[in-house]
Amino acid sequence: MTCKKEFIQLMHHYLDGDLNKEEEQQLRTHLQSCKECQNHFQELKRTITLLESNSHLQPSPNFTNKVINSLPKEKKRISYLRWFKAHPAITAAAIFFILMFTSVFSAWNQDGHLSVSKEQNLIIENDTVIVPEGVVVEGDLVVKNGNLKIEGAVNGDVVIINGEHLMASAGEVTGELEQVNQIFEWFWYSLKDITKDIFAFTSK
Amino acid sequence: METKIKEKIKLVKKGDQSAFEEIVAFHQSKVYQICYRLIGNTHEAEDLAQEAFIRAYVNIHSYDDNRKFSTWLYRIATNLTIDRIRKKKPDYYLDAEVQGTDGLNMYSQLPADQVQPEEEVESLEIQTYIQNEIMALPTKYRSVIALRFVDELSLAEISDILNIPIGTVKTRIHRGREALRKRLRHV
Ligand SMILES: [Zn+2]
Repeated sequence: MTCKKEFIQLMHHYLDGDLNKEEEQQLRTHLQSCKECQNHFQELKRTITLLESNSHLQPSPNFTNKVINSLPKEKKRISYLRWFKAHPAITAAAIFFILMFTSVFSAWNQDGHLSVSKEQNLIIENDTVIVPEGVVVEGDLVVKNGNLKIEGAVNGDVVIINGEHLMASAGEVTGELEQVNQIFEWFWYSLKDITKDIFAFTSK
Repeated sequence: METKIKEKIKLVKKGDQSAFEEIVAFHQSKVYQICYRLIGNTHEAEDLAQEAFIRAYVNIHSYDDNRKFSTWLYRIATNLTIDRIRKKKPDYYLDAEVQGTDGLNMYSQLPADQVQPEEEVESLEIQTYIQNEIMALPTKYRSVIALRFVDELSLAEISDILNIPIGTVKTRIHRGREALRKRLRHV
């Protein structure tokens, strides 16, 4: 019984992976000669096996669903977009249906020329609208069928439809910057205003 | 896998709720097992595991991408469960030490030569028995044991999750393991 305490310590350190080669050899040699410690060591290893056997412990099969259903509602726009992508046929039908009653489609097709929501103090070069350095646009800015380069600042949201935001390091937008480049997104952009109420209703 | 999880977390942070689904599916077993080992009841374990995932989702912005996600998640689950245990009834043994190796209990009087084949380890009866013996330990030992043997976490990770020094983790593992050896020697 006298040898036990010291070697039990060694056993635990061994099980934690904390022994150096020398100590490990010391433990090994002792275990070969001491039946009592050998037994103790076997029991410890057996205990670990028992504690690690927990694969039978599983949550209910619908656990993930239950969690997802209890999450607070995400931002609406993302869930709509994903729903549309997951249901392409219904989406296509819905788009067609809505297009029949709106001017969205024609607006997309016919409105091929560059337009900008306000032109004051802005430079238009070919297909690029430039907010020059030192110019501050007050309010939201919408550029359609053209690129936008902001060297000055925009005090509001920026929407670029069918164009790109050409980065200029000095430029500054205080609100959100949104780029709408595909018919799908264009549809979404138009839809937001037209049928906001319908979707707010159906998503409940 | 950790990289894939981190990609998903980025999406969740951007507001994509569906990306969270895979995170839950991947971690649910371990989180549930940790809760179960601590609380000892399947119904409550399920409830706590769910709550842990919901909290993780709500607080996802406070998760630091440079750290291991599972560690962060286990900390939420462990804290929730320990909280629940405290609320259920004052745990008089929370700060008690495990008794020394002497003292016979009813199990140590069982015949010692009944060695069980490995596959029987999984039998429900034995598992219930094991869990009962774990429940007999004070919470602070149970939490260390749960983390160590559910996901083979390193001592450093456990120290991080429970916010206790690594030396304390070691002592608790040694004592917990020794106490359970005594209690499970005839299983
Ligand atoms: Zn010995």
